[in-house]
Amino acid sequence: MKPCRTMLYIPGDSPGMIQHAPVFGADSILLDLEDAVALTEKDAARKMVACYLKDYDFKDLIVTVRVNGADTEFFDDDLKEIIPCVPAAIRIPKCNGPEDVLAADKKIEEIEKSNSIPVGKVRIHAMIETAVGVENAFFIASACPRVQALTLGGQDLTADMGVQKTKEGWELFYARSRVVVAARAAGVDVYDTVWADISDKEGLLKECRSIVGLGFTGKAAIHPDQIETIHQAFMPNEKEFRKALRIMEAAENAKKEGKGVISVDGKMVDAPVVARARHLLELADLYGFERSGS
Amino acid sequence: MILLNTASAGTLESSDCLVTVSPAEKLKLEYKGANSEVFAERTMQLVESVSKKCCLSGAEISIQDQGALEITIKARLETALIRAVKGVAKE
Amino acid sequence: MDMTLNSLGRKVPLELPGVGSFAPYMSPFSMLGQPGTIQGTQMHMRRPAPARSKVVENIEKAVELSGLKDGMTISFHHHLRNGDAVIPMVLDVLQKMGFKGLTLAPSSIPDVHDCIADYIRSGLINRLYTSGVRGELGKLLSRGELNIPVVIRSHGGRARAIEEGSISIDVAFLAAPACDPLGNITGSIGPSACGSLGYAMTDARHARHVVAITDNLVKYPLNPRISIPQYLVDSIVCVDSLGDPKKIATGAARITRNPVDLKIARDSFRLMKSSGIVEPGFSFQMGVGGASLAVAKYLEDYMKEKGIRGSFGLGGVGGYMAGMLEEGLFDAVFDVQSFDSAVTKSMQEDPRHIEIDASWYANPFNAGCIVHNLDCVILAALEVDTDFNVNVLTGNDGVLRGASGGHQDTAAGAKLSIVVAPSFRGGVPSIKERVTTVTTPGETVDAIVTERGICINPRREDLLGSALKSGLSIVDITALKKEVEKLTGIPRPAEFNYDKVAAVVEYRDGTLIDTVYARKS
Repeated sequence: MKPCRTMLYIPGDSPGMIQHAPVFGADSILLDLEDAVALTEKDAARKMVACYLKDYDFKDLIVTVRVNGADTEFFDDDLKEIIPCVPAAIRIPKCNGPEDVLAADKKIEEIEKSNSIPVGKVRIHAMIETAVGVENAFFIASACPRVQALTLGGQDLTADMGVQKTKEGWELFYARSRVVVAARAAGVDVYDTVWADISDKEGLLKECRSIVGLGFTGKAAIHPDQIETIHQAFMPNEKEFRKALRIMEAAENAKKEGKGVISVDGKMVDAPVVARARHLLELADLYGFERSGS
Repeated sequence: MILLNTASAGTLESSDCLVTVSPAEKLKLEYKGANSEVFAERTMQLVESVSKKCCLSGAEISIQDQGALEITIKARLETALIRAVKGVAKE
Repeated sequence: MDMTLNSLGRKVPLELPGVGSFAPYMSPFSMLGQPGTIQGTQMHMRRPAPARSKVVENIEKAVELSGLKDGMTISFHHHLRNGDAVIPMVLDVLQKMGFKGLTLAPSSIPDVHDCIADYIRSGLINRLYTSGVRGELGKLLSRGELNIPVVIRSHGGRARAIEEGSISIDVAFLAAPACDPLGNITGSIGPSACGSLGYAMTDARHARHVVAITDNLVKYPLNPRISIPQYLVDSIVCVDSLGDPKKIATGAARITRNPVDLKIARDSFRLMKSSGIVEPGFSFQMGVGGASLAVAKYLEDYMKEKGIRGSFGLGGVGGYMAGMLEEGLFDAVFDVQSFDSAVTKSMQEDPRHIEIDASWYANPFNAGCIVHNLDCVILAALEVDTDFNVNVLTGNDGVLRGASGGHQDTAAGAKLSIVVAPSFRGGVPSIKERVTTVTTPGETVDAIVTERGICINPRREDLLGSALKSGLSIVDITALKKEVEKLTGIPRPAEFNYDKVAAVVEYRDGTLIDTVYARKS
């Protein structure tokens, strides 16, 4: 599968932005019905997003939709209108435990069935933005097969913890680590929270480098200008790339020869290393690395 | 679909449009904005197809187009119609 | 009217009553590469008695001294942008003095001067030669309400027309931000400082009579810079103000934050880079707005990073280009027209910021103009078509609302000419089957960069090859046109009254490239 490094937030009630969504180079977008939309315009945003999902050619862009929380009056209407348009995923805000995911899963399944959509087609991105959500992260990620990713919501989480969100991000260090490990353990993707200061690209790059190091698979962006910077942080270096090539070559040879053991540069490599190498090569493709000689 | 109230949807921001619908016997469109000439037929067709889909008996529809794409106009029109049916009047 | 088809399939008149005869456009360089010379205008000799001051009481007096008569040609420059008050001030006096049937030949008309329409209606003006028409004036002309032929010329084309005598200026009224009692003038000093006076320099040199109008009479001699020397100036009128200083002295244009424009700018820069043109000694011109200016940001970063020093920047110079000069990214900047008064400091203090006249800038019929030395130019467009022709003059509705400017001059001269345009604007596609009006022929446009991909002129296989190699997103222009029309719908083309010519568009060599008709009423 094509790696998804960036997820660009676009307010659902902003046709001026949605109409340009595919041109900014993001791997995916999030059409927002929640925080970016005023209470009086929830119906209008829902209709706008539904119409674009139905009639607009997003090309190879992955389109997800953030619905309003299950604790709001908008949640059911959001699902009823959006699921039949088959976005790649629905993002569920404020997931505190597996029961939140399961409740949404059940509702989505009903709508899928009544619209002849294969059950499980519309995935769930579970948003972790409370302290209890962080502690339950693994159970949320593994609640049902529909869950495709965990996403960290830094703004609400720091508020819930009663601390300031800072540029250095130490207050989120534990939460980030915990959510990444939970996602990895459950085998789902994991997206980091947004970087709020649009003008500070250096700060953004620094943060991106550190979350790539922690193991996040992608990061949210609040402005098209941030996309290139985020992608820069996910770019494999040449040495990693060459090594990944050797690992994949060895893995293929071992498969051909029916060997169970793969060795590269005289060292044994395990299945997770092969998986990582495969992912790294998929990433490298996005940057136009040339696999000459392989 | 029968309209009970006057209702609006949309904004006057660029790439958007402001649609206002009111109850009326017949379908009547007032299409305003910089594109009102170049897209007169296109927009009339769009309005007719939406009203047919909604089985709309009649309405006075005003569209102030700020350079919206067809999809946007359609979404705003549908929102305004739903609001007018529900009676969530918006000034 | 006797019409013929030019090489682009556009119908153009062979003769315009009261203006003269024209040849149809053939190809960008069909009139160049000829041996010998052609006779141009000659210097107008004057024989005034020696004097220590040329200041006269008022505009009326200056007009009397000029010998202006009905039917003659007057000119103005547009360096004061939308702050200009001199054009209406002088026209008002001429109207009151009872003049009739004048030819108005300014370098261009600032957007604000709708009053010109009134002076056309009153009969003061009955011919108009300009680079562009906008606002109310454009609307009236496109409605066919003003019975007056307009000849649209590029900046280089106008300089050519003046020097060859197609425009014969009787009296030039030149707004002078700084002027001494003998008529030495510059635009880079004073409360109404505007920067370069490049277009006025050409008018001063060739007009039969020159009137300077100033709000800043300085002690003789004007220093440290003189743009127009005293021996070209016949009289001087002092007025309270040349216009609105806030609109004359606009601050430096900011780089856009519009993500669509930024995307277009970044891709334009990548295309430049992939073509191999961004090398030491590189020369460059850009526009002042939107995506065009934003290209400079990417270029600047890259030149700094790689330690590349260019040869020259050209323009249409704004604060951003002046900044690049200051940083040492170019050896010199040639400035025919300053886009914002942020450049006046650079012009005053930096001898490498060189003020040039319109002929030096772009006249194709002199011994060598600077646009012919350009490596790359970034140009904007109102519309483009699948043959890469560009329209910068008429809107979707066919109404005159733009200016030819230096577009055709730089597109022809530069090795790489890139047109930047969003694929749709205000909900209307920018790519047409045929542009409403051709101002710049597709033969001189190498690429059109939109946010939905880069279209490369099939004539430039080399450019296509290097762009593909660099992984740029290249699209076929016809396919892109269809993609956009799927989103917007197909706009209804404007309908014209083909019996009524509103304007003719000259190519820079004096041939006619297109005709603008009045709209069908």
